[in-house]
Amino acid sequence: MSALVLAEHDGGVLSAATLATVTAAAALGGPVHVLVAGGDDAAGVADAAAAIAGVEKVLVAQDAAYGAQLAENVAPLIAGLMDGYDAFLAPATTTGKNIAPRVAALLDVMQVSEIISVEGPKTFTRPIYAGNAVATVQSSDARLVITVRTTTFDKAAATGGSATVEAVSGPGDAGLSSFVGLEASRSERPELTSAGIIVSGGRALKDAETFSQIITPLADKLGAAIGASRAAVDAGYISNDYQVGQTGKIVAPDLYIAVGISGAIQHLAGMKDSKVIVAINKDPDAPIFQIADLGLVADLFQAVPELTGKL
Amino acid sequence: MKILVPVKRVIDYNLKPRVKADGSGVDLTNIKMSMNPFDEIAVEEAIRLREKGAASEIVAVSIGPAKAQETLRTALAMGADRAILVETDDQVEPLAVARILKAIADEEAPGMVLMGKQAIDDDCNQTGQMLAALMGRPQGTFASLVAIEGDHVSVTREVDGGLETVKLALPAVVTTDLRLNEPRYASLPNIMKAKKKPLDVKSPADYGVDTTPRLTTLKVEEPPVRQAGEVVGSVDELVTKLKAMGAVA
Ligand SMILES: Cc1cc2nc3c(=O)[nH]c(=O)nc-3n(C[C@H](O)[C@H](O)[C@H](O)COP(=O)(O)OP(=O)(O)OC[C@H]3O[C@@H](n4cnc5c(N)ncnc54)[C@H](O)[C@@H]3O)c2cc1C
Ligand SMILES: Nc1ncnc2c1ncn2[C@@H]1O[C@H](COP(=O)(O)O)[C@@H](O)[C@H]1O
Repeated sequence: MSALVLAEHDGGVLSAATLATVTAAAALGGPVHVLVAGGDDAAGVADAAAAIAGVEKVLVAQDAAYGAQLAENVAPLIAGLMDGYDAFLAPATTTGKNIAPRVAALLDVMQVSEIISVEGPKTFTRPIYAGNAVATVQSSDARLVITVRTTTFDKAAATGGSATVEAVSGPGDAGLSSFVGLEASRSERPELTSAGIIVSGGRALKDAETFSQIITPLADKLGAAIGASRAAVDAGYISNDYQVGQTGKIVAPDLYIAVGISGAIQHLAGMKDSKVIVAINKDPDAPIFQIADLGLVADLFQAVPELTGKL
Repeated sequence: MKILVPVKRVIDYNLKPRVKADGSGVDLTNIKMSMNPFDEIAVEEAIRLREKGAASEIVAVSIGPAKAQETLRTALAMGADRAILVETDDQVEPLAVARILKAIADEEAPGMVLMGKQAIDDDCNQTGQMLAALMGRPQGTFASLVAIEGDHVSVTREVDGGLETVKLALPAVVTTDLRLNEPRYASLPNIMKAKKKPLDVKSPADYGVDTTPRLTTLKVEEPPVRQAGEVVGSVDELVTKLKAMGAVA
């Protein structure tokens, strides 16, 4: 099965999510090509994509219309390239989730969303019901459109490959939408979805100031990324892109420290594949303790600063 | 402007789903069903747009079993004007749902389709994007802010890197994220009034849509259960254990 993978990139940098998607694509058993759609920075990203181990060819579509990854413009480009491929794969990031279903509909294909394993050329597993069940599904469509949960696939090596690079073009600007701006939450910390350690805070953190007073020093000490529950985001302690869960980011770090988080199923859906889970909560019956490797029943306002001091 | 709001009947979000012993799916017998939470947010947003004078009529649509009438009545009680049930006992996949919604949009000519970003049962997150493609219209997915500006809509989207704003030509499809609003509860008088609001019942065949699934579910299993570990007595013990496990340096 020949596969086309959508490269995800930002500011000229290829994302780690792309590397995991290449691994999923390779599991289909055929050649893997990568599409880089973008503006001025596309050429640089294409060079990075060409170096990914196992990638045979990189297609570059450089056009201002593709700069902001608007689905209205990028989806027809992809659909137009699919004659030569059996499958299209995108990482299940907000970019991939925005574009891939639009490609699927243009190709009259039912998308297989957020796969966690490849069981056969057309058979996949995917979590449903907030990860409370795992379905094995088989597609009967002639071509496949797939989004990939990137935390469950190893990253392909970013170097070692020597793919050919070929320029392609598409219909360009569909004239339906325009990019106005991005309010980026910039941070010097490791990125949430690829961090080795995450310190995550919940509603118990009271307000934005307290959240950062308690959580940030511990995260700094551990070189960790910061995460949050929906309740913490809703209450404005921290911005939306820190939300971990069914409808936020899916993470699987080596160590996840949940501070003042009760452990609702929607939160667990986003972090229960972490290698080691630590929970600090004053309620011994909080559901988070049912999945924590190490639980500490304590007042976080005392326990967390103490922990930060002793690490 | 007319707003179309697709709403799905799903397991109530407070409940923990149980996988059937024979691996055929999730057991929904005698389970409380509710409107998909993201769709409640969509209904609420449509009502707010009408309250601001930006929308004139709100039509709620559901594709599902006869019981999905209850979900539509909830939408009507919140404030939708009328409803369409496309009745079927089959499991209808997002692609077929999008096809049915496209046919309804052709008839109703809405200025906007406002829907959930994700159904909390199938977790597909694709119907809105598919509908937008089939309609040949723009999409504002994962919206946390929606503002009508003449013949355009400005949508702020919750994306991995922060908040992105796009401007879309109307008609457009907008899918909701959690921070868009907090849905209202229907008052008792409104629940009574909703019983009298029009609710049309149709079938997928009325829209010429074949709902045969493209994906076959071979089996549904419980995910591997994570065993609870141990409760430690102090921060010191926590640090010792973490170091012993090699989880921290
Ligand atoms: C459609 C939908 C999607 C959702 N998606 C997500 C999602 O993606 N991610 C997500 O996280 N949630 C999501 N939720 C929300 C989820 O259901 C919960 O409401 C949320 O996770 C609760 O956040 P919390 O644990 O921070 O707050 P709470 O449940 O209020 O828990 C706070 C915890 O802090 C503890 N605590 C209080 N004070 C202290 C103290 N001094 N010291 C120690 N512990 C203390 C309490 O014992 C309690 O356990 C979603 C909900 C819906 C309906
Ligand atoms: N059977 C259905 N009836 C009405 N709306 C639906 C149905 N299925 C999906 N939708 C809409 O599509 C959104 C996304 O669903 P999904 O793509 O399945 O995650 C939901 O939040 C609903 O607004």
